[in-house]
Amino acid sequence: MNALKKLFGGNTRQFGMIFALVALIVFFQIATDGRTLTPGNVINLFNGNSYILILAIGMVLVIIAGHIDLSVGSIAAFVGVTVALAIRDWGIPWYAGVLLGLALGALIGAWQGWWVAYVGIPAFIVTLAGMLLFRGFNQFVGKSNTIPVPADFQYLGSGYLPEVGPNTGFNNLTLLLGIAAAAFVVVGELRSRARAKALGAEVPEMWVTALKLVLICGAILYATYLFATGRPGTSFPIPGLILAVLVLIYGFISSRTVLGRHVYAVGGNRHAAELSGVQSKKVNFLVMMNMSILAGLAGMIFVGRSTASGPFDGVGWELDAIAAVFIGGAAVTGGVGTVVGSIIGGLVMAVLNNGLQLLGVGADLTQIIKGLVLLIAVAFDVYNKSQGKKSIIGLLTQNFNRKQGPSNPNQPDETTSTKEAIAREA
Amino acid sequence: MTSQTTQTEPIILEMRSITKEFPGVKALDNVSLRVKAAEIHAICGENGAGKSTLMKVLSGVYPYGSYDGDIVYQGQVQQFKDIRASEHAGIVIIHQELALIPELSIMENIFLGNEPTKRGVINWAEARLRSLDLLARVGLREDPDTPIKEIGVGKQQLVEIAKALNKSVKILILDEPTAALNESDSQHLLDLMLGLKAKGITSIIISHKLNEIEQIADSITIIRDGKSIETLNVKADGVDEDRIIKGMVGRTLESRFPEHTPKIGEVFFEVKDWTVGHPNVADRLVCKNSSFFVRRGEIVGFAGLMGAGRTELARSVFGRSYGRFISGHIYKDGKEITLKTVRQAIDAGLGYVTEDRKSLGLNLLDDIKTTTVAANLRKISHNSVVDLNQEFTVAEQYRKSLRTKTPSVEEGVAKLSGGNQQKVVLAKWMFTDPDLLILDEPTRGIDVGAKYEIYGIIQQLANQGKGVIVISSELPELLGLSDRIYTIFEGAITGVLNKDEASQESLMKLMTSARKAEAA
Repeated sequence: MNALKKLFGGNTRQFGMIFALVALIVFFQIATDGRTLTPGNVINLFNGNSYILILAIGMVLVIIAGHIDLSVGSIAAFVGVTVALAIRDWGIPWYAGVLLGLALGALIGAWQGWWVAYVGIPAFIVTLAGMLLFRGFNQFVGKSNTIPVPADFQYLGSGYLPEVGPNTGFNNLTLLLGIAAAAFVVVGELRSRARAKALGAEVPEMWVTALKLVLICGAILYATYLFATGRPGTSFPIPGLILAVLVLIYGFISSRTVLGRHVYAVGGNRHAAELSGVQSKKVNFLVMMNMSILAGLAGMIFVGRSTASGPFDGVGWELDAIAAVFIGGAAVTGGVGTVVGSIIGGLVMAVLNNGLQLLGVGADLTQIIKGLVLLIAVAFDVYNKSQGKKSIIGLLTQNFNRKQGPSNPNQPDETTSTKEAIAREA
Repeated sequence: MTSQTTQTEPIILEMRSITKEFPGVKALDNVSLRVKAAEIHAICGENGAGKSTLMKVLSGVYPYGSYDGDIVYQGQVQQFKDIRASEHAGIVIIHQELALIPELSIMENIFLGNEPTKRGVINWAEARLRSLDLLARVGLREDPDTPIKEIGVGKQQLVEIAKALNKSVKILILDEPTAALNESDSQHLLDLMLGLKAKGITSIIISHKLNEIEQIADSITIIRDGKSIETLNVKADGVDEDRIIKGMVGRTLESRFPEHTPKIGEVFFEVKDWTVGHPNVADRLVCKNSSFFVRRGEIVGFAGLMGAGRTELARSVFGRSYGRFISGHIYKDGKEITLKTVRQAIDAGLGYVTEDRKSLGLNLLDDIKTTTVAANLRKISHNSVVDLNQEFTVAEQYRKSLRTKTPSVEEGVAKLSGGNQQKVVLAKWMFTDPDLLILDEPTRGIDVGAKYEIYGIIQQLANQGKGVIVISSELPELLGLSDRIYTIFEGAITGVLNKDEASQESLMKLMTSARKAEAA
């Protein structure tokens, strides 16, 4: 168990969520008599949730920095309608439409970021206002009409990887992508392990790494198989491809770059970050702006998928994205969260939705169940913290841990001084 | 009034052998206090001596049973279980941080929690009449409907006293009442205390301002290291400031410092006429025309009591991270530099280790390695991508050289003890390779063994030719560590003493009076 925990890093909640996700999938696979893990359903699941997952990527950064964004649904709708109108009325090509949409998202984000970072209005208020503002703009600009988009723009939201090369019975590009992904994971993991070992850092045993790689590659290849064997004309969806690229980019930014470090630092302790030379205003501005750009992208993908922009696009998306982030292990107080965790959190919600739908559960019950899942996931985390990190999994593995290592490696090595005790008491 | 004592003046309050222990620590050890009726009794001691703890015991913040010893008040042993119980008996404490609600009016604050009611409905007419009377008694001419946030700190203090008078107070406890006040407000408050004394109200005052104590107190009890040392009768014993200081610091200086021979070079950092305003209060200055300099390889101490403006001075120099900059110049290596942001200050070779490790110095969610590199990510990143291997190597290097006790540098900083946390913070600033490192209370909340190690690190930095500024409330620490010590009182530098001419008495004198000593 302890080794398994190492497989997925130290974050108990994220680890728990991966298990929850796998358990959910297995449960629904059995309960629906195998209708969950069919190519058609999995492709659907990705197509229908990719825009929420894209929002979750931006939202987790906003939440790590200690803010919230309630306006993403409205921004997505406003950008969607503007792009649809620009393509219809000005006749601009689809790629110019995409660029326009991203630019508009950036502009809106700069507006909101300015209020949050430089004026100092809480993001809750700024984006609550934004939610009203941009919903209004959407309906004003589109005159509350449905505006269709041309087929080449629809490709963005409902397209698939094309068929190329010899007829293998699979979609060749999907297959190639899957194998490349698996290879990338293996090489990356082994290289980082070798480096860590060279530096003398603690590395997990070889069999742990091997097991981890087998599990991950197995999952990737199985998903590849499902995507590659869909009904003719379908394969790995374009929105899924966009999502995958974004996860890679933002995962890298958040964990490996100076900017990513600064986002965590500002969210964890803004004053300490400022005294270390971090320009917290700039960080807050960028995080809010980035969220709106991604919201614009999500809006365009949705318009592409539903073939038209409408006045009620994106209603309630902000809540789905926020729920995904919190289920994925982020803390309400900021400073904690990961991009990958949020994607898993979003997938938990998506699989739940999808599975309940397949079982014919009504929308009323589905909402009740989703609400409880969110509450329990966060309660689990709060409980962990109040119990000094003793999670359910921790309790199960307690005895095992004791046999493995020193009983208490973190025993305080100094006596508490008078002043500290007084300060604590006061 | 009943009294069991046979003395000429009745004793209204006696605290007998009070001992208060926190887990593993004795904050008060057999402390005794005798207060006569209708006198002003001062309690003096260094920061952390136990004055506030004693007052918390008296006012029921620490309830009966959580301490040993007896509180005898008006002839009877009292068992206060909370603040309400002590207030009911007529003992009211006014804390340094005022407990007023800024949005409510003067009247509403006076009667908060004690509202005059008629069948459960507040009788505002009566409250108004009574508040006018109370305000007259404390000499505050303000409309009772004025919101608290619109009156100054001095007047707010008077409202607190009016609030206490409303509770028919017999013993008024004031914790640092004039710390945040200007000269005239302070004087008004002191006059008011004398007026209350004439009306038979007993006051206990805790203050660092010894001149004020000398002026108004009848008796003084001195507390040192959690023990009551002596009680002085101001008039009979002819007590003056020097006498009080002697009692406060009379502890022997142990050899708690590593051997160190300073190698002092030329002046490389200089601040001139530094004036900074309070961030929120418009006309209040936190630094007044301060000038100081640091030589290469020199450890410079900054002595001053809490609230004297030491931290404010340091932080305003460090990229204006505190207060409103008004005027002043900074010179480094002979050239004037402007440091408007923390980033600029770090780039110019400054480092600042805060006194408040947990809320200003550390992100408690981080682990050791990310904290170590947090102030100088640029050095270990290429095209703004952090090199995780280098991060680990750097953290590991500092873990070894500073002897941080931790199973691994991937451990969270929240799990470390105070001393090890401080080493991680020091590592973070050492990694920025500063020319001048400012250490604000570097050994606060750290035990003796770890202190010794931190002193060693500080001396080592000085040996490398860096300038080090140490701000500390503990005079023995400054005396043992510094080559030169500046004293600060109410935002102004009042003097500078070389190591060989400084003593606890001479420093304390400069730290507690506005008298400008001759610059060394």
